[in-house]
Amino acid sequence: MKKLESSLTNMVLVLTGVAVVMGGILAFVNHLTEGPIAQQKEKTLADGIKAVMVCDDLVVTKTDTVKQNDAKGKELTYIIYQTQDKAGKDLGAAVESTTGGFGGDLKVLVGFDADGKILGYTLLEHAETPGLGAKADKWFQKGEKGDIIGKVPAEPLTVSKDGGQVDAITASTITSRAFLLAVNNAYNAYKVTPAADAETGASKQVSK
Amino acid sequence: MEYILIFISAIFVNNIVLSQFLGICPFLGVSKKIDTSLGMSAAVAFVLTLATIVTWLVQKYVLDAFGLQYLQTIAFILVIASLVQMVEIVLKKVSPALYQALGIFLPLITTNCAVLGVAILVIQKDFNLLQSVVYAFSTAIGFGLALTVFAGMREQLELVKIPKGMQGMAIVMLSAGLLSLAFMGFSGVDGGLRVLFGLD
Amino acid sequence: MNYVNIIKNGIVKDNPTFVLMLGMCPTLATTTSAMNGMSMGLATMAVLICTNVVISCLKSITPDKVRIPVFIVVIAAFVTMLQLVIKAFLPDIDAALGLFIPLIVVNCIILGRAEAFAAKNSPVASLFDGIGIGLGFTLGLTLLGICRELLGSGSIFGFTLLPESYNILLFVLPPGAFITLGFLIAIVNKLRNA
Repeated sequence: MKKLESSLTNMVLVLTGVAVVMGGILAFVNHLTEGPIAQQKEKTLADGIKAVMVCDDLVVTKTDTVKQNDAKGKELTYIIYQTQDKAGKDLGAAVESTTGGFGGDLKVLVGFDADGKILGYTLLEHAETPGLGAKADKWFQKGEKGDIIGKVPAEPLTVSKDGGQVDAITASTITSRAFLLAVNNAYNAYKVTPAADAETGASKQVSK
Repeated sequence: MEYILIFISAIFVNNIVLSQFLGICPFLGVSKKIDTSLGMSAAVAFVLTLATIVTWLVQKYVLDAFGLQYLQTIAFILVIASLVQMVEIVLKKVSPALYQALGIFLPLITTNCAVLGVAILVIQKDFNLLQSVVYAFSTAIGFGLALTVFAGMREQLELVKIPKGMQGMAIVMLSAGLLSLAFMGFSGVDGGLRVLFGLD
Repeated sequence: MNYVNIIKNGIVKDNPTFVLMLGMCPTLATTTSAMNGMSMGLATMAVLICTNVVISCLKSITPDKVRIPVFIVVIAAFVTMLQLVIKAFLPDIDAALGLFIPLIVVNCIILGRAEAFAAKNSPVASLFDGIGIGLGFTLGLTLLGICRELLGSGSIFGFTLLPESYNILLFVLPPGAFITLGFLIAIVNKLRNA
């Protein structure tokens, strides 16, 4: 077959043609995958909440966004998911909290029961060193070396190096401190959102 | 202070080549001599910063505005490719001397994944325009630093007798590994600086 | 040239990882585990097969001077499709590979094969070239992933083989990528010259 000449019309026609056809196909694929992508996102969050509340059958009754200033006056945002089990009994809440870890932002989801006792946690996002700080996803779980499950962070949790009761991850004190800070902050954010008050479900601003 | 932090972190701590693995092809390809590696670094710094500004604007005012986020990859790569072409044409007309120095590197930059990588990263990190520019420029400096230091190492390697199997790319990869190991010494510095600056 | 030969060439003679040294960014970045390396290889292979076939079909209607822009548009479109499909149905892979999925666009292998093979050969031959080179790339990445995962985390595809105290953390960190690949290239050199 002979090649088309490189005349201006040919070039413009072919380039536009290819771009339009490809753009069209893309729009179609985008349309097809939009639903599943949104579902995946919801499912990831829902699975996270179920895991940290240690309950497979729950409903999120309301979602609050709480803004708090930390000790140095920097504003931090928390998302609190109030949950109930199938029977309508309050389970407590899962709280999303972010701090600066060793490699970047460390975002955790912590589950508390109504008394503020830690039920479970999961790392939503992190950039810690693989094999060192990244071990935080298992280290603080039940039965592991830095077990924090069942504790109440009313008295802030700290690593043993800072005089606390939690064993830090080997060679990753900074990650461990950041993780515990995220948990403590989550607890504070949860405690300033009394269940009755949050009935409205609206976002509200609280300063410490 | 925040900008100084972005600057230092992008150059040393999260070096684009040695810890993020972007722009490996030119890193291995044009690091035989210090002169050429300096030329390449300058060309990358120029295009990377310019491309990041343009793609940031395209993202905010075209893609986000019309809900066309799914066209991000296609739009960015076209912007980068035409930008490189334009820079080449303008440079040829305006400053033949500079064109002589950088010209041969320009076509190579389109397929330098550091450019597209940084353009996408600043959108993912949700940087504002100024932060994006600082980040892009610092990343380019980091690229230049890694490339030039590495070229220095390779010039020395020329003088050494290397076992047969290790000749060529094998020894180059190992040297890059050692350089990357050296840069790991910087890890955590950004966290310390953040505390020092009172940002955390 | 028969089709078996095209595939064999892609895996052995023109192996993109150990011989052509193309697409080094994802090769080094995504091989922290065997699974990640293989996913990246397969993702690249999917794009390569599609672009090779389409570009080969378009070759007679593409004027020479706009060849490269047309290739880039086709490649970027397929990469975006892949990105959307992975996001929708394989979120774990999306989380593991992240930025390196859109960066398949600038993977030199894809544009290189479009220019060197698809633009000169029939769609069927291009299909087989895509499969061959894709398999070669996947093989290279998986091999590198296996070595790094075994040395660094003591497991292969997630199955623990070595106790934790024997793990050499360095190999899953960035320097380990360069060092492991360096030794693998040296071994391949030795085998090819033997």
